[in-house]
Amino acid sequence: MSLIIHYLWLIPAVPLVASLAILSLANAWRRSAAALAVAGQTAALALSAVAFLPTLQTHGFRAVQNFTWFTFGDNALRLGFVLDPLAAAMLLMISLVGLCIFVFSIGYMAEDKNFVRFFAYLSFFSGAMLGVVVANSLLLLFIFWELVGLASYLLIGLWIERPSAAAAAKKAFITTRIGDMGFFVGMLWLYNRSGTLLFYDDGKGCLESAGLAMLGASATFIALLIFFGAVGKSGQFPLHVWLPDAMEGPTPVSALIHAATMVAAGVFLVARVYPLFSLGAINGVTSSLTVVVWIGVTTALMAALIAIAQADIKRILAYSTVSQLGLMMVSLGVGGMAAGIMHLLAHGFFKALLFLGSGSVIHGCHSEQDIRKMGGLRRFMPVTFVTYAIGMMALSGVPFFFSGGWTKEEILHAVGHWPPSRAPYYLMFAGVVLTAFYMTRQIIYVFFGNSRTAAKQAHESPPVMTIPLIVLALGAILLSIVLTPAWPWLHDYLTGESVHFEIGRLIQPMLFVSLALVSAGIGIAVWMYRKAGVQDGDRPADIDPLEHAQPALFRFLANKMWIDELYARTVIAFSWIAALLSDWMDRYFWDGLVRGFGAIGQVFAMFTAGVDERGINTGVDETTVGARGLGRLMSAAHSGQIQIYLGIVAIGMLALLLLYAWLA
Amino acid sequence: MVGVITAIIFIPLLGALAVFVWPQRNCRVIALIFNAISAACAVGLWRKFDATATGLQFVERHAWMPAINAEYLVGVDGLSLLLVLLTSLIIPFAFLARPVPDGGRGFYATMLVMQFALYGTFTAQNFVLWFLFYEMSLIPAFLLIKIWGGENRDRAATKFFLYTFLGSVAMLLSFLGIYFVNGTFDFAALADLGKYGLLSGKVAWLAFAGIFIGLAVKVPLFPFHTWLPDAYQTAPTGVSMVLTGVLSKMGVYGFVRLLLPLFPNEIKIIGPWLLALAVCSIVFAPLAAWAQRDLKRMVAYLSINHLGYCMLALFALAASPAAAANIDTHAALSGVFMQIFNHGITAAALFYFVGLLEQRRGARGIGDFGGLMQQTPLLCGWMSVAMFSSLGLPGLNGVIGEFLIFKGAFAITAWFTAIAVLGLLVTAIVFVRVMQSLFSGPLAESCGAFPDLLQGEKFVVVPVILLMFAIGIAPQFMFNIFNTTVVHMARLFG
Amino acid sequence: MTPTLQIFLIVSAALFSIGLLAALSRRHAIFILIGIELMLAAANLNFIAFWRFAPQPHQPTGVMFAIFSIAISAAEAAVGLAMVIAVYRHYHTTNVDQLNQLKG
Repeated sequence: MSLIIHYLWLIPAVPLVASLAILSLANAWRRSAAALAVAGQTAALALSAVAFLPTLQTHGFRAVQNFTWFTFGDNALRLGFVLDPLAAAMLLMISLVGLCIFVFSIGYMAEDKNFVRFFAYLSFFSGAMLGVVVANSLLLLFIFWELVGLASYLLIGLWIERPSAAAAAKKAFITTRIGDMGFFVGMLWLYNRSGTLLFYDDGKGCLESAGLAMLGASATFIALLIFFGAVGKSGQFPLHVWLPDAMEGPTPVSALIHAATMVAAGVFLVARVYPLFSLGAINGVTSSLTVVVWIGVTTALMAALIAIAQADIKRILAYSTVSQLGLMMVSLGVGGMAAGIMHLLAHGFFKALLFLGSGSVIHGCHSEQDIRKMGGLRRFMPVTFVTYAIGMMALSGVPFFFSGGWTKEEILHAVGHWPPSRAPYYLMFAGVVLTAFYMTRQIIYVFFGNSRTAAKQAHESPPVMTIPLIVLALGAILLSIVLTPAWPWLHDYLTGESVHFEIGRLIQPMLFVSLALVSAGIGIAVWMYRKAGVQDGDRPADIDPLEHAQPALFRFLANKMWIDELYARTVIAFSWIAALLSDWMDRYFWDGLVRGFGAIGQVFAMFTAGVDERGINTGVDETTVGARGLGRLMSAAHSGQIQIYLGIVAIGMLALLLLYAWLA
Repeated sequence: MVGVITAIIFIPLLGALAVFVWPQRNCRVIALIFNAISAACAVGLWRKFDATATGLQFVERHAWMPAINAEYLVGVDGLSLLLVLLTSLIIPFAFLARPVPDGGRGFYATMLVMQFALYGTFTAQNFVLWFLFYEMSLIPAFLLIKIWGGENRDRAATKFFLYTFLGSVAMLLSFLGIYFVNGTFDFAALADLGKYGLLSGKVAWLAFAGIFIGLAVKVPLFPFHTWLPDAYQTAPTGVSMVLTGVLSKMGVYGFVRLLLPLFPNEIKIIGPWLLALAVCSIVFAPLAAWAQRDLKRMVAYLSINHLGYCMLALFALAASPAAAANIDTHAALSGVFMQIFNHGITAAALFYFVGLLEQRRGARGIGDFGGLMQQTPLLCGWMSVAMFSSLGLPGLNGVIGEFLIFKGAFAITAWFTAIAVLGLLVTAIVFVRVMQSLFSGPLAESCGAFPDLLQGEKFVVVPVILLMFAIGIAPQFMFNIFNTTVVHMARLFG
Repeated sequence: MTPTLQIFLIVSAALFSIGLLAALSRRHAIFILIGIELMLAAANLNFIAFWRFAPQPHQPTGVMFAIFSIAISAAEAAVGLAMVIAVYRHYHTTNVDQLNQLKG
């Protein structure tokens, strides 16, 4: 066992503490805030690197450190941290990409008045995400998972004075929380069945054979409920709606959300609890994994289609993220757990690169985000252009030189061998073509052709922003060294096998399929948009060629398939009606019922009052009147003549005597 | 430590007298001093409390009315201690809230009398004594709403009084019935008898219904809750804090102490219906909160929701088919106890913050504010913490109790619990919506001159929020108070 | 002729009847008082007679009764006369027919 496992908790703790420290700073202390955040992130990176080392030495390395959080009754609730190849690789990616984004932000946010707060949230975000990765308990994972959600809420809504930012933050929080509720129920169910939420606990954890054996048939439902959480966090259909809106936050935040944190959490979660999904698999297929595949396919295709028709530079990237996450889910679903994570890691680099690149573009174009108003930027922003192009090619999956190409190839390979159906395989072909297509379209609009309105005074960004771009670009390229089929180091590292170098595996049929698909996508785009960038300089670009060809379809896609509108009219409207109804019921029905009871009481009171007034009171009155009448009658006998009284007495006595005599 | 409980109970009453004797303008200080003394006694009680011992501690038993077996019997176990600590915390917190206009000594004296009654309720272990304190708390509450309340106070106060009083009458009658059959008012003795059925036949159901309604009104449980939004809305801030923070806990306490031990069989039979009521509390209350425009009324509805979780766990516990206590019953009970405490401080904090806003703005409609984050970042930040605590964000206190409640309840009644999860979601929607309209967006003109948190307010807010963090991150110190009681009670209910 | 109880009772009854007649028929208050005195005397006579012819005449119970009765009747006469005088002073008459203040 390595020593680092005892200090694994420091990796999330350092950025979290840094975040608290920054929060307590005054608004003017910009330098200290940035320094603290970067220092915290660097420390996390260093610790991650240290943690990475032991995982290299043994295959299938796994170390856990469990502890008791609290005891309730006489039961202990235990949490823990785990270090295995999955966690180590994620740690390294998150902290490295995160650090690049932090540094970039120093330049990007230099003018912003929320600078200090921004860095506090950023550190918090990073720390929470690192916590998700090292958690060895579904509960601890859930805790950090929720904190990730909070951080995204805070960052998306950073520009609080903008109502749209607040609305987007709210949407993100609520949408992901819908997913979290599924996760929560799944977690309760799992806890109930297996009696523990620890993943690994010397053979007793819920992901180990003993724990899994207790699940039985419920494993499918538990897995699906947990997957629902991942659907929310990773922006899968039908809960993807928050992710494109999330770019209301500053661009580095989008980079963090879309690349290193947040959305990665969902994919990571599925990978982490993979044994739950694959429990009882026949030929690598279970019903829960099938659901994952189809959700992934739907998401990937739908998002890629929507991305084609977007005009906002960040929105295109946002939908590409949704699409790529769908691809990762597909990969996880067909049994290529390693392939999915590899794509996640590679995606982390190039998507962060693309977002930061777009940030650099937006920065250079003075906060313009509409690609139709840009153009020709390659001349003004050479570094940004080159790095962006690298990112674009990696995302499109250009084979051989770029990490994305290799991982996509591997995913396609895995999908191709999925027993139940070939459909996802061909649909993924379409996805790859579309990705290449929309990225080419974007890059043509932004960097080629004449410079239009917003690009007139464009300038290259300062080194503090370009150096992270270069680092990420290098990452996007160099990562391919460990991804090739000839030396699939990362794959075997993740699956715990020993790696062999074999140059013969380098060239595979899939390479050519992939090449053909990407060329098709790029080719079609170049052909369609060949004239798009070369119109007159002062106007925004003319009508989109695609819109020209298929106006109805284009409108459908540009409006995001009206899914937001659909939700607004159905789910949201329905819940709001339910809320109004509850309020109404409360005010009128239940309270009415109570008032009804009150009224019954009142009626009864009136009745008793009547009985009192008419019955009892009258009775008493009449009795007194009668008594008085009797008294009047009797008083007539009292003449005041004393001798008459005496006479009566005498007669009475006489009568008594006679009575006595008669009776005797 | 003999007599310490009596001291805790009666110090507030002395305080009420002192407030009357003292000059008018210092009465808040005097009240707070007496609070501090009783709180110090309560903390002393906590220090000396043996967390590993089963049963009552610091028992004081004196003959009182021997003819009806009524004794002056006070003592604490883990649950009582928890509630005594909660009371000691919330009442001074409430005194520091937005002062009542023309409050004066009457207000503080009445509050102190209420505190006296609350301490008594939570420590009395004999029904007659308990009921005396229980009812005594009602009268100050009624007066506080009626005299110092806002709009519609007469209506709200009358409704509150009639509702709770009717409930109490039903409960008293039921208890008399129990007494005539069993001849004792002692909680522990009654609980022992409860297992074999205190009463038989229809009388048992009548007695059950009487006690159930009395407690359900107090908690309140759907559909006995309609007095609550009106009362909380119109009561002064401090009173709302005490009502939700402590007074509503008397109902939950009664359920744990009385109904569950005394009528295990009855609850088991109608368990599903009770669970359905709890789920209704959990789901409908936050939906109604969503539709509110008045911040206080909204927080009031969310209180119903949060106490609904307690009810869910308790009914699940009582309806549990398991013969013996296990991890689920422990989780459910511990969750209820945690939730009692957490909801107490969180809901009180929310009312406190609403009071601060009302103090600055003179109104408290959600639409009366906007963009506050730019004007008062500290106020918004700390208030957000309280809100996140209430919606169950991990790292803050709220989630601990809720997780345990759901854990325990899910194992026993999965479907009801799964539906109840909707409550968590709707609560989140309500709070996020409020945060959006209060804190973000352009700064509303009417809020342009707001001061941020003042020094005095910071001293109040920071300790409470830190306590929320402490419980959320390292809750063991709270569990230590009642773990033994949980084990004992779980065995009793099992 | 030996004195027997019957003779005494007859005398006493006659006396009582005379007194009653006087009390009922005379209008003057003083005469009514005198009638009452006669009835009392008849009663006293009865006491003495019953005592004298009782089985154990040696204990002076009858005499004691009679003496008490005479004392009371003396007091009564005194009060009665005083009241008559008071009434006369107030109403200037002693005719009882006119004294009907107690009429109901």
